[in-house]
This record gives sequence, structure tokens and C-alpha cells, in this order.
Amino acid sequence: MKFTLEVWRQKGPNAAGKLERYDAPDVSPDMSFLEMLDVVNERLNETGTEPIAFAHDCREGICGSCSLMINGIAHGPVRGAATCQVHMRSFADGETIRIEPWRARAFPVIKDLVVDREALDRIVQAGGFISAPTGSAPDANAIAIPKQDVDDAMDAAACIGCGACVAACPNASASLFTAAKVSHLGLLPQGQPERYRRVERMVDQMDLEGFGGCTLFGECQEACPKLISIDTIARMNRDYFKAAAMSRVESTAGGSG
Amino acid sequence: MELRSRIPSGPIEQKWDKHRFEMKLVNPANKRKYTVIVVGTGLAGGSAAATLSELGYNVLCFSFHDSPRRAHSIAAQGGINAAKNYQNDGDSIYRLFYDTVKGGDFRAREANVYRLAQISVNIIDQCVAQGVPFAREYGGLLANRSFGGAQVSRTFYARGQTGQQLLLGAYQALEKEIARGGVRMFTHTEMLDVVLVDGKARGIVTRDLRTGAIETYAADAVVLATGGYGNVFYLSTNAKNSNATAIWRAHKRGAAFANPCFTQIHPTCIPVSGDYQSKLTLMSESLRNDGRVWVPKARGDKRAPGDIPEAERDYYLERKYPSYGNLSPRDIASRAAKEVCDEGRGVGETGRGVYLDFADAINRVGEQRIRERYGNLFEMYERITDENPYKVPMRIYPAVHYTMGGLWVDYNLMSTIPGLHVMGEANFSDHGANRLGASALMQGLADGYFILPYTIGDYLANAKLEKVSAEHPDFVAAKKTVADTSNRLLGIKGKRTVDAFHRELGLIMWEDCGMARNAAGLKRALGRIPELREEFWRNVNVPGSDAELNQALEKAGRVADFLEFAELMCTDALHREESCGGHFREEHQTPDGEAQRDDSRYAYAAAWEFAGVGNAPILHKEPLAFENVPLTQRSYK
Repeated sequence: MKFTLEVWRQKGPNAAGKLERYDAPDVSPDMSFLEMLDVVNERLNETGTEPIAFAHDCREGICGSCSLMINGIAHGPVRGAATCQVHMRSFADGETIRIEPWRARAFPVIKDLVVDREALDRIVQAGGFISAPTGSAPDANAIAIPKQDVDDAMDAAACIGCGACVAACPNASASLFTAAKVSHLGLLPQGQPERYRRVERMVDQMDLEGFGGCTLFGECQEACPKLISIDTIARMNRDYFKAAAMSRVESTAGGSG
Repeated sequence: MELRSRIPSGPIEQKWDKHRFEMKLVNPANKRKYTVIVVGTGLAGGSAAATLSELGYNVLCFSFHDSPRRAHSIAAQGGINAAKNYQNDGDSIYRLFYDTVKGGDFRAREANVYRLAQISVNIIDQCVAQGVPFAREYGGLLANRSFGGAQVSRTFYARGQTGQQLLLGAYQALEKEIARGGVRMFTHTEMLDVVLVDGKARGIVTRDLRTGAIETYAADAVVLATGGYGNVFYLSTNAKNSNATAIWRAHKRGAAFANPCFTQIHPTCIPVSGDYQSKLTLMSESLRNDGRVWVPKARGDKRAPGDIPEAERDYYLERKYPSYGNLSPRDIASRAAKEVCDEGRGVGETGRGVYLDFADAINRVGEQRIRERYGNLFEMYERITDENPYKVPMRIYPAVHYTMGGLWVDYNLMSTIPGLHVMGEANFSDHGANRLGASALMQGLADGYFILPYTIGDYLANAKLEKVSAEHPDFVAAKKTVADTSNRLLGIKGKRTVDAFHRELGLIMWEDCGMARNAAGLKRALGRIPELREEFWRNVNVPGSDAELNQALEKAGRVADFLEFAELMCTDALHREESCGGHFREEHQTPDGEAQRDDSRYAYAAAWEFAGVGNAPILHKEPLAFENVPLTQRSYK
């Protein structure tokens, strides 16, 4: 197979970027999309041109590093797959393929196709955890949890933090990412003590980072490589409203002793 | 160099308790005066950084990823072992200890393994408290599955994403501590050297991968949790960026490297399909419960599998190992696949593959049952190969998966450099010559949550450290060395790409230091590696500059280290004149082709001291005593 690539090249965060054209001849349909880019890069390298920078690591759809907008679709044409799980047989021979980075105000470009996604970590810092310092845990079977609750929590916990939901959203909202974590922890008994504090802080942080709001386009769940449902966003919104209604001033008095 | 294992005295059940009592403590008010550097944010690094911060230490934590949630621990599928005995099937701490020592083919340190088994139960408690969604039964209690090398059900799992969920638990604890201010997190930052002052590890040199800035950081102790070295083979199931640079550069500064030849080759991976192949994908071992492994009897038989009649197929595992058959252990199954392919009977375009056939199982229980058991794996296979495994047999081949060797550490997880601690896959201590399934996650979290946070306090309380700053001449010198290396790599402007060298090194290692090794092959490799290294430093082409994101430069530094490390690995494999676990020397096998250990000569950990690039490393031996698990021969006939 052979392809023409239009690739976003951008030297650095503050440089102007533009689309450059490259030929990709001799492509095997069994190549993964990233292997096709490896081969293109190998040739660029041999001719003394700087290779195309792109983020990648595990190449089996779980680390969440890879993050390409392929013909305008986050992670490309295969539903429920990350970029690294897309193979060239999913494209038509001779096709022109446009490859761009995630585009969102909260994801500045570092170089070429690599963007900075640390805003997602800061949303987690705001409350995406259960405070259980090492050593303080009771026996793992001390609390029975209905299987259905754990299964639902696992569906949400499958998020790989790639940011495709943000890239796909016309508002560049991180609602699906945030809601997945809110749902995962909020569905478990261990997550109850911090449930409302967590949702308020995470949603507020999401706004602070410059992500947009959710207006229920539903593009995020279509782009999600783990097919996480926007039902999680409904759950997050419910918890957020409840948190706002129940909001109490946190006591600043010292310990109870 | 002296190897002091610091194994506590007394009965094995009491060693860790006794040691915990005897270790010095740092009082809470003083902990904030100490700074600890943690490099790597997989299970071991993430859990240690979070826990040290909870205790009150200042933690500087480094990852070359863009987020501490991406390390390759995340890709572990199957599960994590723990001696909870929730299934009431006779499990115990002692049994987990016994299975692990035996599974490691008697090349692990008994005291470490016992402690690991003891701590395993605390890990599950900790993870559940953090919200890890382990699988549960309808009654709401935790579910278990069985894994290889054990006759009890002790493996906890979260679908096929156990590693991901455990890592997210550690990551969330770490983010909590970052928000609290106890941890300063440096993402996109690769450690390129460790700095010693007065013989003690006091800091590191790093490169900011976004800007190219080379920085130094000073601390009171340094902890490496930077994973294994499987990518020395180029193709492995490791992530593309996994590398040995941190541990190799620490080795060059004086940390002994133990048992580098102990590598684990997993038998069921999707085979290589072309020269462009960038990595290999594991298919769960559980498939061998229902799949039958075979190749054509005749060499070079290119007929489609369905056209090969039953009588012309060789179900070689069932033939050679009638009692274990298709469920023979990893090392045995891997080696047998290599043998039939070497004979020219391999299948697929490249001839490096064997069939894993579900036709009989589908006839027996129906396609629906097989779909229930393995649906997600079949889908993953089909996505990669574009073949439907319900209709045609899967093609599989062994691939490098895990490395048991690593930096030598004592019972406190400290290397031969005082103050330099090593955890997880980066150290050598717990798995001997072969790791059992579902034990890597257990070890990473045991080290990070429950061992290092205690033992580092003992070091800090005893070390009497002077304050040093990053302006110290030893820091300035180390920083210059790192900058010089980058400039040298960029200045070569040769003809071959970094990947071309890496691929060639991988082939050498796979051919001569892979599943089966012999003296002639290892000597050949020991001749070719220095030649390739010499060509690399003369003819590599690293484009771009040092002052920006430069992925070619990152790779170049890592491959340069692999080109040195590979020689040590072959040296170790050549010196170990026995077969044990993942290390199979063709000269040392029983008459029926099984691994033959030599306990009288090789019941030791081989810890190598660096003596300069190209110079023969110096061997130190830590004798291994087996006082609790009697030495026996493994057989699977």
C-alpha cells in the first residue's frame, strides 16, 4: 500500500506550525499506524531530516501515551481502539491521511504531534483519589461490595487518560475524563467519605485548567478507546449539584482531642 | 567490593519482624529534614514516593513519561498473588514462599522471598482501601483465579487490566501527595546519571525531555525504580521507551549488577510479521488451557493449516511432555517452539511461529463457550493479525517479557553504593532464575509500600550525612559528563539510524543469548557486540539539537547503554555453566533435554562489578543458602 501523509510539524510550544506532506510508500497492511510512522521517520532520519515527534509507549492500548488526530478523528477510524491499535488495513490504498495533535487550549503543543496533558494530572490532584495512607487499611474482605457496583466502577476505571475525549469535544471539555474518575471512586464504599468534596474540587479544577463545559454532544464517548459512557457525566453532574446543595464550611478547628 | 546481604538472623518467620524492631527510626519531626529522590513511577516507584511522603519525607520524584500514570506496570494483565487463603484451599504464607523459591529454580534469596509472601496480604488490603476494583463474587467478597506454578487460587485480578488498576491506585496516592506538597513531581525528565559524594549516592543528573535542559538534584538518598532491561533484545513485550539507562549508569558508578543473564521468555506472543515490527504483544498464558500447539511434521510445509491432515501434524508439546502437555511451564514451552522453528517447521510468512489451535476445543464445548472464556483475547488477536482465530489457528511465538536480573541489593534494598536503593524489576532479589506469573506486581508494591519506607529510615538515621548542594564539584562534573555525551552523539552525523543499531543488537542477543544459549554462540556475541558498539560511536546519525524535544537523542543514549550492557549479559550467561529457570545452556541438560542445575558450583547470585567499558567485569558471589526449601530438580514429563 502507499499513502500521502499531511503531518502537523511544529518546532516548539511558541513556534508556528504547519502541515507538511510526506510520502509513505511500501506500507504493509499489517503495520500498525505507529509502525508506519516509524518507517517514515526512519527514512527522514536517513535523509538528515528531523523525524516527526509523536508520543507513544506501550503500543498495546493501555498506557494512554499515543494521541493522534487522524483525518479529524481522535485515535483514527477504529472504534474502541487507541492510535497504537489501528492498523493500515483500515485505510484505502493511495489515501491521503491527515495527522494532527490533540487540539485544546489546556493541551499546549510541545513539538509536532506531542502535547502537554499535565492538566489532567492536576484534575486528579484536586481530588481524584481515596485518602488511604499506606498501612491504614482494614482487611480486604472487611467490606463486601456488590458485584454490579464493582463492575460499574471498573467500566469507569478503565480510562487510560489519553485525552481523546477532550480532543473530540467541540468544547474541549474534560468531562468524560473527570466523570470517569468521579464514577469509579464514587461507586465504591471506600470512596464515600470524600465523594462530594471530590466531585466539587475536580470539576472546579477542570474549569480552572481551561477545559470547556459539557453540552452533551457525545463525541467523547465515540472517541474513547475504552468506550466509557457519558452516563458517567450524568452521575458526575448529579453528584456535583448535590455537593453544591449540601455544601458545608469545613471546620478549621484543630483535632478532636 | 563486599557483598553484605544483611539478612537478619533467626527463624525465617521472624526475620522481618525482628529486623523492623532493630532498625533505627527517624522521628516524625526529623523526617521533613530529609530529601529522597525516587526515579521511576511504575508500581514500585509510585507507591514508594507516595508512602515516603505520607511518612513526612521530602520526595523528589522523576519520570520520563508525561504523567506518572504511564509506566509499563500498567500493561500487566493477569493478576497479583497474595497468600490470603480466602478460597480456603490450603494456601499460606509459607506455601507462597515455597512456590516462589521453587519456581525461581532455587536462585533467589530465601529471606527476601519469605518477606514478600508475608507482605502480600497487606498489599491487597491497601489496594482495596484505595479503591482498586478487584473482581468480586456475587456475595461481594473478592474473587481469585489460579496461575502457573501453584496449586491454589491466590491470584487477585481486575479483569485483564490488573496492572493498570494497581498502578492507578499508586498514581492517585502519589497525586494526593503532590497536591499536599510532600512530593515534587518532575515529569518528562529522564535520569542520566547518579552523583556520588564521599562514596554515597547524593543526587542525580537529569535531562528535561521538553527543553533539553540538563539539571542536577541533590538529596540524602536515591531510589531507583526504573524497570527491567528486556529491550536489549529490541523486540520484547516491554513498552518502547523502557530502558536500562538508569541502572546501567548506576552500575558504572559502582552498583553491582546481579544475574543479568536471567531473562524470561513468554511462550505465547503474537509473532513478528515484518522488519518494521516495533514491539511484541503478549497473549495470555491461559489460552493454553484449551488451545493445542502444533506445527507440520514436514519442514517447509506451506499449506494452509486446514489443509494439513491430522496425521501430518506434530503436537510437539503433547508428544514430548505427555503429563503437562500444552500447559508445560513457560521456559519449556518457549524452548520447544524455538526448536521446531529451527528445524524449519515453523509456520507463517517468516517461519518463526507455531499454531495454537482451538478447533478441538470448539468442537468439544462450542464456539460460544470459547468466546466466553477468551473473547477479548481473540478480538485483540484479530485486531492485530486480521485473522479470525475461531476459524484458523492462532500463530504464536515466544517473546522476551521480563528480566529477573538487576542491580544487586541487600535485604534493605540498598545496592553496593551506600544510599542508592533499588526496587521492583530493576533489582534482582526475589524471583531467582524464573518469575512465576502474577508475582511481578506483588514484588513492585511490596518494595514500594512496605519495605523501602522502613529500610530507608534506618539508612538515613545511621548515615550521618553532610549537607550537599547541587553546586558541589561532584555534581558539576557529573553534569558535564552527561552534556558531553549528548553532544558527542549529536556530533557523529554518521549514516545509520539509532533504530538500525538497536535492531542489529537485538538480533545478536536473540540468536545467541536468547531462549537457548551455548558457549560458542555467547563467544560469538561477545565478539560482535564490541564491534557494533564501535560502529555506533562512529556511524550513528542523531538528527536535531540538544535544546528541544529530541526523541532520536533519547533513544541514542539508551541504545548506547544497551550496547555496553549486552556484553555483561553475555559474560554472565557464559560464566554460568548450568541451566536454571530462564537460563538454558545447551551443554547442560539432562539426557531427555531438561535444564540441569549445578547446585554444587552455582548456588550463588553473580554480582558483577564494572571495570570500564570493554574490560572484563569482576565477579563477586553471594552464596545462596536453602535452609527451608530443599533443593530439588524440576520435571514436567
